[in-house]
Amino acid sequence: MTRIDLEFTIDALDFVHAGEAASRVKRTLEHVGMEREVVRRASIAAYEAEMNIVIHSVGGTMKVTILPDCVEIVATDRGPGIEDIDLAMQEGYSTAPPHIREMGFGAGMGLPNMKRCADDIRIESAPGRGTTVRVIIRPRHAA
Amino acid sequence: MNVSDIVGPLELKVMCPGVQLDAEVKGGYCSDLLSDVMANAEEGDVWITLHTHLNIVAVGMLSKVAAIVITGGRIPEQNVIDRAAQEGLPILCTHLSTFEIAGRLYQMLKQALPDYEEDVPSGPTKSQG
Repeated sequence: MTRIDLEFTIDALDFVHAGEAASRVKRTLEHVGMEREVVRRASIAAYEAEMNIVIHSVGGTMKVTILPDCVEIVATDRGPGIEDIDLAMQEGYSTAPPHIREMGFGAGMGLPNMKRCADDIRIESAPGRGTTVRVIIRPRHAA
Repeated sequence: MNVSDIVGPLELKVMCPGVQLDAEVKGGYCSDLLSDVMANAEEGDVWITLHTHLNIVAVGMLSKVAAIVITGGRIPEQNVIDRAAQEGLPILCTHLSTFEIAGRLYQMLKQALPDYEEDVPSGPTKSQG
């Protein structure tokens, strides 16, 4: 394997297809023989990134680059942006409305989950603009 | 212990008749927060939940759970059952509560897997006896 690039368009509030992008990322990683721990962490990060776009944005994309020693996930949405990134990173903090929470989403665990799975995470966002979350995951032995 | 072994004792109704019930059951996880399941359920767990909507299938697949048990007499829509069947993920429904199912499954796991308790994190030392 040299390099695999995946790109997904993710629609806001599309709960019918939600999770499909992350599932494809996982299948691809398994297919190329990525070690289990990397598959697990990348699947969680991709799922949370995908669900954040579905729940909180007006739509966006997720690009995943798979290299032998690194998985990069870049989730970009078109808004509305995060007002306070530190607050959004706090476990339990969520701006999800009640009907989303009733489905079991919006527990304020998405970004913290991504952070735990990531070797590096960067969030760029501003109100009125979009949000970009960049996550790097490496096999532990190559870190 | 396979998924088929828990159907009777846990009083489960198999919702996807075509799906194999031969996955090994290694543990269980009870949660209705999807991110919590993603973060903490382990491969081979039986995920016990009261959710019935479509997104449980993706969460179950990504977490590699052996089966999803839906408690409290809740029944998912046909499209959820179809999606799970497509993925080969067993969905099992019961009139019993999450507490009851977890208790029974825990007892079964303890009997089936002698080292099952090794996975349980040790709590604080008791100060009184």
